Amino acid sequence: MTLKECYAALGGDYEDVVLRLRSDRMIQKFVFKFLDDPSYGQLCHGIEIRDREEAFRAAHTIKGVCQNLSFTKLYRSSSALCDALRNDWGAEADDLVKQVHEDYELTAGVIRAFQEEMGE
Amino acid sequence: MISISQNENRKLKILIADDSEMNRAILADMLGDEYEIIEAENGVEAISMLSIMGNELSIILLDIVMPQADGFEVLKAMNQHRWIEDIPVVMISAENAPDTIERAYELGVSDFISRPFDAMIVKRRVVNTILLYAKQRKLVGLVADQIYEKERQNNLMIDILSHIMGFRNGESAQHVHHVRIFTDLLVKDLMRKKADLSLNLSNISKISTASALHDIGKMGIPEEILNKPGKLTAEEFEIMKTHSMIGAQMLRELPVYNSEPLVKTAYEICRWHHERYDGGGYPDGLKGDEIPIAAQIVALADVYDALTSDRSYKKAFSHEQAISMILNGECGIFNPVLLECLKEIDETLQKETENRTLFQTSQREIQNVAEEMLQHRELNASERTLQLLEQERMKNSFYATLTHDIQFECTADPSVMTISAWGAESLGLDEVIMEPLNNPKMQAVLGEKGIETVVQAVSHTTPENPVSKWECQLSCKGEMRWFQIAIMSMWTRDEEPVYTGIIGKAIDIHDSRMKMDTLEKMATHDPLTGLFNHAHAKKKIMERMAENHKGQFALAIIDLDYFKSANDKYGHMFGDQVLIYLSDLIHQSIRSNDIAVRVGGDEFLVFLDYKFELEPIIERIFDSIYGKQYKDFRISISMGVSRSPWHENINYEELFHQADQALYSAKQNGRGKFFFYDNSMDDALSAISNIEGNEQDKATEV
Repeated sequence: MTLKECYAALGGDYEDVVLRLRSDRMIQKFVFKFLDDPSYGQLCHGIEIRDREEAFRAAHTIKGVCQNLSFTKLYRSSSALCDALRNDWGAEADDLVKQVHEDYELTAGVIRAFQEEMGE
Repeated sequence: MISISQNENRKLKILIADDSEMNRAILADMLGDEYEIIEAENGVEAISMLSIMGNELSIILLDIVMPQADGFEVLKAMNQHRWIEDIPVVMISAENAPDTIERAYELGVSDFISRPFDAMIVKRRVVNTILLYAKQRKLVGLVADQIYEKERQNNLMIDILSHIMGFRNGESAQHVHHVRIFTDLLVKDLMRKKADLSLNLSNISKISTASALHDIGKMGIPEEILNKPGKLTAEEFEIMKTHSMIGAQMLRELPVYNSEPLVKTAYEICRWHHERYDGGGYPDGLKGDEIPIAAQIVALADVYDALTSDRSYKKAFSHEQAISMILNGECGIFNPVLLECLKEIDETLQKETENRTLFQTSQREIQNVAEEMLQHRELNASERTLQLLEQERMKNSFYATLTHDIQFECTADPSVMTISAWGAESLGLDEVIMEPLNNPKMQAVLGEKGIETVVQAVSHTTPENPVSKWECQLSCKGEMRWFQIAIMSMWTRDEEPVYTGIIGKAIDIHDSRMKMDTLEKMATHDPLTGLFNHAHAKKKIMERMAENHKGQFALAIIDLDYFKSANDKYGHMFGDQVLIYLSDLIHQSIRSNDIAVRVGGDEFLVFLDYKFELEPIIERIFDSIYGKQYKDFRISISMGVSRSPWHENINYEELFHQADQALYSAKQNGRGKFFFYDNSMDDALSAISNIEGNEQDKATEV
């Protein structure tokens, strides 16, 4: 799997990220780093204890990271969740949480597979 | 979590405050290792980093949404501690809502970086922002340095100069310093007392600094007089007295800086520090608050120091003696308010006086410099310059007396006008006038309109076009005379020139102008009656009709009936009197805008314009003349009137011809009547056979 194929598999926009971050080496480094980002864990925790603020901030961070890495699919759902949690616990929030879970698992799974393939 | 990714101290420090480690890492990577990156993962950490590192930070990249304290709270803290003035903040955020952005700008953010990050943009923005601020900081530093340096040099130069003065004067070299210190004390006390004197802090330092120059005019006084051990003769004293004016001139003639506030203040002090509050001082005999306050203060400080110092001709008085002598008016008359101040600073003054030795030692170094400079020959140049200047002045004033030109000079600040002696004499003005535009005598000479003209003329001059000329009447001791005035405004040579005053000349052109007026009048008026002559009137009437094509005009020719018999019976002298009398009647019966003409002999002409009905107007004119009596001669007239538009494009000749036709009809119908032209008269003969006429040839005349 190439970095480009990895992006295709997780629903990202490889062309866009290359334009902005300029080097594959740097992109790959941050793609792998994505797995260590604590935001997803924080989001899950916030959802579990119904802490809107914590959940919102975590969703917001995920959104920002995805934006920077051009993980379009996860960016869309986290961004929607972010909006749903911004002022109150929106009705659509629970559905969006599911969507974010799904997208995150996909994204993380693809990256892990890519990482294994690269032998890192 | 606080981490410092680079350790080298020389690198510029950047604080990245973002809760996502990923984002910080991406930014840090983008910026590369040219910078030392400091990271904060929430607002509280960011604020604590700011308080530790302060201005060491070159820039902050700040996220908005962060736990504990968000980006806005960081900005508020930065405003509170005024870090925001020195440390630029670039906001990083995916929040593109306009109100968020606006709020951030309001809190002092310099720029925005929005997600997703673009490596190039992030780098450029950071570099640009840092450079901009660095430049600004450097500039602020530069300006501060220069101000300090300038101030330091100012003081140094003044110190040196005052010591030179001290040596030359034979006064204590400290005199200038004492005066400066006393001046400072007086000014500060006066400011406490009179808040309305428009003295602010920079004024104070100006007055006390400028006080050091109060006696520079003594440079121009011969040393034999200056340092004469005994009493000066009356003649010598007169020479001594010129030092105030010489000092003022020296400052005025400075090729540069003469519009600097400091120099202006120094000018006032030099020129007027020997004036007396009662008007008994010199050189200008100014009285009361005509004397600029700076000069009043320095005068008092000067006297106090003179009294409390040893001089070649006297021992020093004690502080108490000096104060009581001043308060008793033994040493000049001063502003009562200043005397109040003197009493109030009594104690401080005494201390200063007793501690004089202290600053004598501290000034040692300057004394050495001054001594060296004194031996320098170049100082003589100033004497020669003064001589040349004086020669130039004498030359000018000599030429001015020959031509009876009035020369004058005005300085903008202080607002003083100096007029050449002859000019002042002939206009009944003082040679030196403070605030000339508000001076009652000046107002009488120029009149309200004249003053306005001057103000207008001056305000229209520019450094490129400094000259303005106009003619106006001035009241010379009550007699209105015509003058041609020429002024030139003066400007500093700065990049942005500042107006400093005017020089000018007023030339009496009254006689030549009167001559011209007479010649002009002779060419256009009938010498006997003073009415217009026909040639000039024709020109005027044609102009009037050309100006207003649609106007309604009327032309009436008036013929004096039976004039020939009056001439025959009473003689030509009497006849002339009748004509003058008639012309007066005509003149009185018309409006000022109408034109009255003596066509020739006993024919007159009136040209007028009208709006509604012509008949009543003509009737009124006729009635106000007809039947009047000059001595035994009863005035009877015939009038012929034509009007325009009879048809369009009527010309003067036609109009005149038609009036002439009507006049003929009036005469035919028994005289003593007025007729309006109508085209049935076209076949009639002319009443005036020869327009420029001589009455003998007239067909209708008996």
